[in-house]
Amino acid sequence: MTSDTVLAQPIVPSFDDEAETTRKLAIICSKGNLDMAYPGLVLANAALGEGVETHLFFTFWGFDMITKSRMNDLKFTPAGNTAMHMPFHDMRVPQALAPLPGMQAMATKMMRQQIADLGVPDVPEFLDQIVAAGGHLWACRMSADMMHLDLADLYEGVEAIINASDFVEKTQGAQLLFI
Amino acid sequence: MPVTTMNGRDVHVDDEGFLTEYEEWDEDLAKVLAANIGIDLTEAHWKVVRFLREDYATQGETATTRRVQMAGGVSVKDQFALFPKKPGKKMAYVAGLPKPHGCV
Repeated sequence: MTSDTVLAQPIVPSFDDEAETTRKLAIICSKGNLDMAYPGLVLANAALGEGVETHLFFTFWGFDMITKSRMNDLKFTPAGNTAMHMPFHDMRVPQALAPLPGMQAMATKMMRQQIADLGVPDVPEFLDQIVAAGGHLWACRMSADMMHLDLADLYEGVEAIINASDFVEKTQGAQLLFI
Repeated sequence: MPVTTMNGRDVHVDDEGFLTEYEEWDEDLAKVLAANIGIDLTEAHWKVVRFLREDYATQGETATTRRVQMAGGVSVKDQFALFPKKPGKKMAYVAGLPKPHGCV
């Protein structure tokens, strides 16, 4: 190939190992719906894979993502979600039908299947992966008090139940996402 | 596409330095690639690299860290220990494959 440029020195990818050591990401997970659990998990996993120190703070409904008795059973509902299409022909679920009995169960089942088809883990297993990659999980003190839960009720990878000030302190200088 | 000389022969790479031709890679070259990013390949590294090569040959895309755990049998934790900070990209680089495209 005549267009090839021949280089004397090999190009080595810049993995910026040093530059990334100071970058931090903090994600506040405040939703407990199946669909809204994933954005934070996917981003946390991606950030860890880029060498970024990552903290997740679970608060309010997001507490369901780390509560042992609930984390395996998050739900998805088409009610109030006008962007929900069926996985074929751009068909929408009419909002009047969305609250009918069985709709939530069907929609949840379908979404779980679509997520599994992509090779993406369910919530507890995703948390396992994030912890294995060095991610930090924190539970919100006020949510724990409101729901009468303590550390024993939570996923074992959660490091501690901390208050908002502790979280602000731990994530000094971090980029922050509220989901 | 740039051509660079490594281990005494020409290899095709992309703008970042990842190999672009599957066939141009061999295990001797992997040692050079690993040394370029400060990694000394042990048997544990080889297990990952060989899995990535075989998996790419059948799947047509580079395995993500999750796939290396599920299908390759090397835990995410071990991958971070072997290829620090950015295991997905570093494993792909040493295995002479493109960066993984999958999100998870």
